[in-house]
Amino acid sequence: MKLRRIAALVKKDLKVFIREPASMFLLILFPLVLTLTFGIAFGGIDTGGASEFRIGVVNMDANSTSAEWSDSFVGNLTDLNGTAVSHYYTNETGQTDLLNGGLDALIVIPEGFGNSIDSYWDSPIDGSSWENTTIELYLDSGSMIASSAIPPMIQQVLFTTFYGEQAGSMELPIEIGSPSLVYVSDLSQWDFMAPGIFAFSALFMIMTVAMSLTVERDGGLLKRMSTTPVSASEFIGAKALTYMLVGMLQVLLVFAGSFAIGYRPNTDASGIAFAFLIVVIFTLTAVGMGLITAVISKSADVASGVAFIFIMPQMFFGTFMPLGGLTETLGTIMPTNYVTHALTTLFLRGAPVGTLSIWVDLLIVAVVGVLMLAIGALLFRRQTAKQ
Amino acid sequence: MSDNAIIVENVTKRFDSVTAVDNLSLEIKWGELFGLLGPNGAGKTTLLNVLATLLEPTEGGAQVGGFDVEHDGKNVRDIIGVCPQEPAYYGHLTGRENIEIFGTFHDVPKEDLKERTDELIKKIGMEDHADRKAKEYSGGMVRRVSTVMALIHNPKVALLDEPTVAMDPVSRRAVWDFILELKEKGMAIVLTTHYMEEAEFLCDRVGIIDEGRLIAIGSPKELMEKHNAKDLEEVFIKLTGKKLKEVV
Repeated sequence: MKLRRIAALVKKDLKVFIREPASMFLLILFPLVLTLTFGIAFGGIDTGGASEFRIGVVNMDANSTSAEWSDSFVGNLTDLNGTAVSHYYTNETGQTDLLNGGLDALIVIPEGFGNSIDSYWDSPIDGSSWENTTIELYLDSGSMIASSAIPPMIQQVLFTTFYGEQAGSMELPIEIGSPSLVYVSDLSQWDFMAPGIFAFSALFMIMTVAMSLTVERDGGLLKRMSTTPVSASEFIGAKALTYMLVGMLQVLLVFAGSFAIGYRPNTDASGIAFAFLIVVIFTLTAVGMGLITAVISKSADVASGVAFIFIMPQMFFGTFMPLGGLTETLGTIMPTNYVTHALTTLFLRGAPVGTLSIWVDLLIVAVVGVLMLAIGALLFRRQTAKQ
Repeated sequence: MSDNAIIVENVTKRFDSVTAVDNLSLEIKWGELFGLLGPNGAGKTTLLNVLATLLEPTEGGAQVGGFDVEHDGKNVRDIIGVCPQEPAYYGHLTGRENIEIFGTFHDVPKEDLKERTDELIKKIGMEDHADRKAKEYSGGMVRRVSTVMALIHNPKVALLDEPTVAMDPVSRRAVWDFILELKEKGMAIVLTTHYMEEAEFLCDRVGIIDEGRLIAIGSPKELMEKHNAKDLEEVFIKLTGKKLKEVV
């Protein structure tokens, strides 16, 4: 194996990338555009400014003798950070706004709400004497965030209405030991997505590897190269090295794009270095899958479609897409899932770089990468071997 | 070292039921420029591909520079230069870059590569176009660059498959001069061509192949005398055309 030949092949591939607009877009511009658009769309800019939920209130107890309780409830809701409260006189008008997307939630305070609270304070330990009522809560079924975030907020407002402002500082025999909930609530959606973007960007290498190989094969270049002293291992080694360099550039671009829109991963320089390392190792998987794609594709056009067989499962089961149930099980066989898991551990959980689980993730990614590259190289060599 | 640069012994190459090369034997000496002539599909390119280690013979064997093409392919590839029938090149690289990368593949020393590339670019008259992307070249320009890509490393044996197809007369003459210069250096050259005047002008000997079999071999002059023909084209038509009439 001669390093000079490998260097020449790497230089050639990089020149082709730079001079081929489609490759430039997929490998260089795409990660940047992806980072900026997703980052801006999912709150990368103005990190810490929580989303504002639009909550409609229908107060059916406004005219009762104990109306001060429902007024207090609405006041507490209004004072809560991240809410914009609007008032409705009837349930129907509120429901119409909710259905049209004008509200994230609608709360109907029932008649007797104040009496219920009075009955509680009259006899706090005798539940049988309470006048029970139910607050109706309607959530925007089109908003995943609203459905998960608003119910606990309402619970908090109700608690404050019952026990007053001092509720949060009441001395209890049991304490919650970690303030992590408060900390996490400052994060934007982008903070949760960003670790997955690194693997997501690198995934599209599968397509460019496959397309470049099919172009070289169909153009007779591989055959011509087979008449020179260049060996198959030099050729495939050069491809792997080229894409490792491209992978490093992609990580750099994703970091640069993220930083530009205000993203600050919860890690230090060693964590950032680890991100480079794991993505660069992951590119071996992409090159291997690209080789396999090239083998089963008759042309570059076909290769660009076939590549999605490898891209789609890894995209949906291994990057920033929510996992759960079957998808979580499928995710365990996706190398991207381990890249995302390691980067989430570093960037979001703030784990130090010495954490064992991220090195296990790296080991899995490396083993899969070497295996995929070996399988791809074997199939590709068999296809291009002399007959 | 043997006098023969290339030895082909009873080579047969079959693709399923088609016999592309049929029990063909020939020897080519060092410093000899040998022309392979034959109609389309006669088996010329298949024979070159066997010599270039791209195909394994079904039967028989061949040696290039004393190395067996089947079992010593790496050594064969170290000493050959191959110009394929369909020019294969990197369209996004310039002509100069295409030549230089093939020089690197063949281990041309870095300190010599630029000078040699410049020299060959000048020889084929590509000075004004060498730094343009190859995908912008005309068919003739691509062929000229492709020929130099095969010869940048001064191979001991050159296998040139129709290198002057689609070239204008001036370019063709430039490539002829270049090939003759290489022959003078002792290189063994195998050239396939459909241009009979090219074979007559360049080749020391020619072999005419039809349906995979070598049906005539000798110097152009010998063949013309033997077949009582005024030129090589007449020899070719007499040998291969007769056969065609029989088939029809």
